[in-house]
Amino acid sequence: MAKDTVKEVLVSPIFKNNPIALQVLGICSALAVTTSMQVAVVMTIAVMFVTAFSNFFVSLIRNHIPSSIRIIVQMTIIASLVIVVDQVLKAYAYEISRQLSVFVGLIITNCIVMGRAEAYAMKNGPIISFWDGMGNGFGYGVVLMLVGAVREIFGSGSFFGYQILSLTKDGGWYLANGLMLLPPSAFFIIGLLIWALRSWQPEQNEIPEFKITENTKSEGAM
Amino acid sequence: MSKSNDSISKTLTVAFILCLVCAVIVSVSAVALKPLQNANQEDFRRSNILVAAGLLDPNEVTKDRIAEEFAKIQVKVVDLRTGEFTQDVSVETYDQLRAAKDPSQSFELDEVAIGVKRLENYGLVYLVGDESNPDRIILPVRGPGLWSTLHGFLALEGDGNTIAGMGFYDHAETPGLGGEVDNPNWKAQWPGKKVYNEDTMQPLLGLSKNPDGVHEVDTLSGASLTARGVTNLLQFWVSEQAYGSFLAKFRQGGA
Repeated sequence: MAKDTVKEVLVSPIFKNNPIALQVLGICSALAVTTSMQVAVVMTIAVMFVTAFSNFFVSLIRNHIPSSIRIIVQMTIIASLVIVVDQVLKAYAYEISRQLSVFVGLIITNCIVMGRAEAYAMKNGPIISFWDGMGNGFGYGVVLMLVGAVREIFGSGSFFGYQILSLTKDGGWYLANGLMLLPPSAFFIIGLLIWALRSWQPEQNEIPEFKITENTKSEGAM
Repeated sequence: MSKSNDSISKTLTVAFILCLVCAVIVSVSAVALKPLQNANQEDFRRSNILVAAGLLDPNEVTKDRIAEEFAKIQVKVVDLRTGEFTQDVSVETYDQLRAAKDPSQSFELDEVAIGVKRLENYGLVYLVGDESNPDRIILPVRGPGLWSTLHGFLALEGDGNTIAGMGFYDHAETPGLGGEVDNPNWKAQWPGKKVYNEDTMQPLLGLSKNPDGVHEVDTLSGASLTARGVTNLLQFWVSEQAYGSFLAKFRQGGA
């Protein structure tokens, strides 16, 4: 097995093997927590922390995990870490934890965390697994922040809470686009992001499962 | 090595140790952070009261400002059946929402008003200034809108009749329609409106398509049911069934 370098596992999940854009995992929370940059950044940090440390601890005891209960063991570790994150947020960032509400708890069910623990940490050493978790958490966060930036700028005319486009309701020129604050807009933005990414790196395109036949010509229909 | 991992004793040992370690980590973090979390919750509740009362700008909510402004407020318990202050329950420990669900601490309403079927025996009031002649009287209000129960505060001037502010801190009405109850421009209509006519106990405040300018404010377009709910709940909490008889004392005293 080829040894992964720290740089490789950190950088490749950002564009080359992005958990949201290529693997299309973790979409649910990406819709919910991207209405503003502040929330998206906190969510990114929380997910990075959880993926990194769950990978680390799973990898640390990977040689002792009985295969019959390995998923439960991973879940227990992930769940404990998520509870710790939730408790810390409630204590030190109460306002943001109220906005994130249930989605911090739902990091437990985020496929990215489980996926990395099962696919990477079970087979690799603790240190490299830790960095792999960091990279994947960050890959998730990059998409989150891009979507969050678009939604906050066009939805509320602000960036990190600072007003940059003056809104009509305060006498300015920009009419806030309410759609941007609703979950469906995240689908459009993520879709456009995936399109852009795959046009840039065509090797990410999936092979079509079937080929659409050409339209029937008028002569053929006669 | 890997063979023995799947033995029953190894499986049980790993499961047990893992659970123990995780349980310790989770409980330590929960217990250690509890005081900070409680303080945050308390600050959040206080800031809602202050914002509703118009004593605090929602954009400048900080711990210091909350503590500073809240120091001016006295919390009192009122017996909702008589309208008198009471010492029967402690202000610090009394949970009004819980009491409303407890049959021993609440009573059934004769006519079922607005979906509030039981009313607690005691209600909290927040007074700014002197107890007998306050500057502001802040009442907790709640009631059903369209989808959810709205929880908020209604702040009155010391005369027990003029509205100083109104705001909800918890609801789940349709964003953009009923959710506009949070719109600062809409809320700005409330200060100065009167709850009652002189010498009557019939609450007249509310939302209306053609506001009369004295008691009513503009309704929320596209949110008829939320608007009706808000009107009903506001009228209920200042009616004789709830805080009405308590407010009556200030209306006479202040006049």
